[in-house]
Amino acid sequence: MNAMNRPEQRVVTLAHGGGGKAMRDLIETVFTATFQPDAMEDQARLMDAALQEPGARLAFTTDSFVVDPVEFPGGDIGKIAVCGTVNDLAVGGARPLWLSAAFIIEEGTEIALLERVVASMKSEADKAGVRIVTGDTKVVGRGMADKLFVTTSGVGVIPAGRELAATQVRPGDVAIVNGVLGDHGAAILAARGDMALSAEIPSDCQGLGHLIEAVISAAPGARAARDATRGGLASALNEIAEAAGVGIEIEETALPLRPEVRGMCEILGLDPLYLANEGTLVVFVPEDEAPAALLAMRTVAAGRGATIIGRATPDQPGRVTMRTLFGGARIVDMLVGEQLPRIC
Amino acid sequence: MKYAEEFRDPVAARALLAEIARVSDQIGATAEKPIHIMEICGGHTHAIFRYGLDKLTPPGIEFIHGPGCPVCVLPMSRVDECVELAEQPGVIFTTFGDAMRVPGTRKSLLQAKADGADIRMVYSPLDALELARRNPDREVIFFGLGFETTTPSTAFSIQQAAAEGLENFSVFCNHITVPPPIKALLDDPHMVLDGFVGPGHVSMVIGIHPYDFIARDYGKPIVVAGFEPLDLLQSVLMVLQQIREGRAEVQNQYARVVPEHGNPASLAAIEDVYTPRPSFEWRGLGEIDASGLRIRDSYARFDAEVKFGIGYAAGPRHVEEVEGCECGAVMTGRIKPTGCPQFGRGCTPEMPLGALMVSSEGACAAYYQYGGARAPEAAE
Amino acid sequence: MCLGIPGQITEVTDAARMMAVADVSGVRRAVNVAPIADGPLDGLVGKWALIHVGFAMAVIDEDEAEKTLEALRGLGEAQETLEAMAAGQAALEGRT
Repeated sequence: MNAMNRPEQRVVTLAHGGGGKAMRDLIETVFTATFQPDAMEDQARLMDAALQEPGARLAFTTDSFVVDPVEFPGGDIGKIAVCGTVNDLAVGGARPLWLSAAFIIEEGTEIALLERVVASMKSEADKAGVRIVTGDTKVVGRGMADKLFVTTSGVGVIPAGRELAATQVRPGDVAIVNGVLGDHGAAILAARGDMALSAEIPSDCQGLGHLIEAVISAAPGARAARDATRGGLASALNEIAEAAGVGIEIEETALPLRPEVRGMCEILGLDPLYLANEGTLVVFVPEDEAPAALLAMRTVAAGRGATIIGRATPDQPGRVTMRTLFGGARIVDMLVGEQLPRIC
Repeated sequence: MKYAEEFRDPVAARALLAEIARVSDQIGATAEKPIHIMEICGGHTHAIFRYGLDKLTPPGIEFIHGPGCPVCVLPMSRVDECVELAEQPGVIFTTFGDAMRVPGTRKSLLQAKADGADIRMVYSPLDALELARRNPDREVIFFGLGFETTTPSTAFSIQQAAAEGLENFSVFCNHITVPPPIKALLDDPHMVLDGFVGPGHVSMVIGIHPYDFIARDYGKPIVVAGFEPLDLLQSVLMVLQQIREGRAEVQNQYARVVPEHGNPASLAAIEDVYTPRPSFEWRGLGEIDASGLRIRDSYARFDAEVKFGIGYAAGPRHVEEVEGCECGAVMTGRIKPTGCPQFGRGCTPEMPLGALMVSSEGACAAYYQYGGARAPEAAE
Repeated sequence: MCLGIPGQITEVTDAARMMAVADVSGVRRAVNVAPIADGPLDGLVGKWALIHVGFAMAVIDEDEAEKTLEALRGLGEAQETLEAMAAGQAALEGRT
């Protein structure tokens, strides 16, 4: 009988990280059984025909995830990890192919928690059409990590001719977001319980690969896409404005927000522009392709709430400004300091 | 959102702005000779910049940003004392978020937290009380900061702690009152002030009569205002109308929230728990008589200064401002944020020299974040 | 620290400690109603209050709110009329 099935084995111990039998059992039962890699070598050996196309480029990204709490309405650390990495590839115009997943586990963490996180990851990977092909497991003593940290790296292929990059954005380009802003940040805040707030706000965590493909098909001139994670939409826009040397003007009245997120921001004095998202992006397209892009986005589940929020301008390059409710103007700066720690 | 969104209607805003422009003309206010209206409260400063009202009102109206930002007026010595308290073994130091990044002589609370002190951000003194209940073996200190808006909350929390017989809860009391610094500013011969937009939420507690002296003794109009943009615009209009008609009165634009005589339960709690200090130090204004509150002897077991022998209990100490820091001058409206040579250079939100760049209600933070100013204006 | 937001009291949770729940656009926060308690706390359910750092500090006077809004709406309507007139004039003069 597999040692893993005995009741006293239902938490992770240092032995599980030791490289011996306990670790092998943990990996087999929890990780390999779910992710089903082709082989159990130290490395995954892979090929995709698209990589060999002339002009194709390999896209490669990595992210670590330390979100607290590990499980929250709308997802868990595993879901964020897979979606986050898939999205980082997708916003570059890459078709995501393979992911690695490394786990640092605190001694005493329940194995059932690990199983739920891994199941999440498999589910998201399947939705995104990627496979988790390699990984690593380490266990650290109690107090040396907070339950679970996950690092995912991902590779994808950018087909020839695609150049999605912040530097491509030009004055006149239209900025479109795929849905409401700030749900993830608000969900985490509520889930932490520090503020004695309760609200039905699930994280917006979702993969955006299919959405990007839909945009690019309908709007081949699409310039850039960015997912608005830490630092929120404001930070994503500032990065683009600076990289492209353009000004960006957004309309306060155009920003889509759930009433509950609006309410939470009012209570706590937070600005929703800076709340983290895990399934929301902003994409810049040439003005004449905006209607087609919008239509395409709205046909995909992740883009149902797609809406235009502003445009790039030649004025005040590097700056993001917002026209307020009454036509006043304010600057939308980069986030200073940290709105909320361990948001993703 | 009820009672908020209706007060943000752009059409009504345009109407108010048109009327403000008209009355401003009638008074003869111009950019060279503007009407100086002080918004006392930091929350109003923030709202003005968030909605771009400073740019929408005519050039003949100049907003002078007042000292109503409790984080901004905190002297550095008090920040140092917070850090000292937080670094005591076994202490959980709780504070509103804004105060965490204000620089002290050695470090800010945020830096102290990075160095290992158990400092936690709370939204309410009730959260601190709950921490005390859940951690009976730790000393929970709440940094009681704020004007009369927040003073009752701390008072009610102390009363609750007394009722429960909690022994591990105390408050580092930095509560201050609005009328004394206003009087100090009005007495300052350098200040040119034509009218005031009064603090709506302070008034919700103290009512509108504490401001009678402004109209009666100094002949200046004051309109107590709400915090939505229409509230502010309507209040500015009411100030201008008073000036046009040669009146000096206390008016209440925020009547839906502000009762004329304030809130009896809150005033009773304040009276029960606190007593005025003979004087209290304000950043930029120096010592002002009877402007700060301390916890009464009857509640001394909840007074962190007494419990830990710190602050005014130990003998107050004054810490000199950082070289080049002009927080005091900005906060009293003598110069604009862009008039400070450090603005955007030695002092930015990432690396602040003083509290006005840190606090969400500070004028410098508002200029930097919303107004886009990044450098001091060239000296005239 | 002036941050206050209107919220609706939805239920009393601990009368002895004066605790209730306020709702702001679907977000619920525990609030202490000591400042506005005037008789049995259940009487507060349904009322709108100004919420600040976890306390319901003042009951919002719905009549006063309506009066203020009326005045503002009146101004708004007058403004809309003015704007419509101005737009009409501009059209007549071929300026649009």
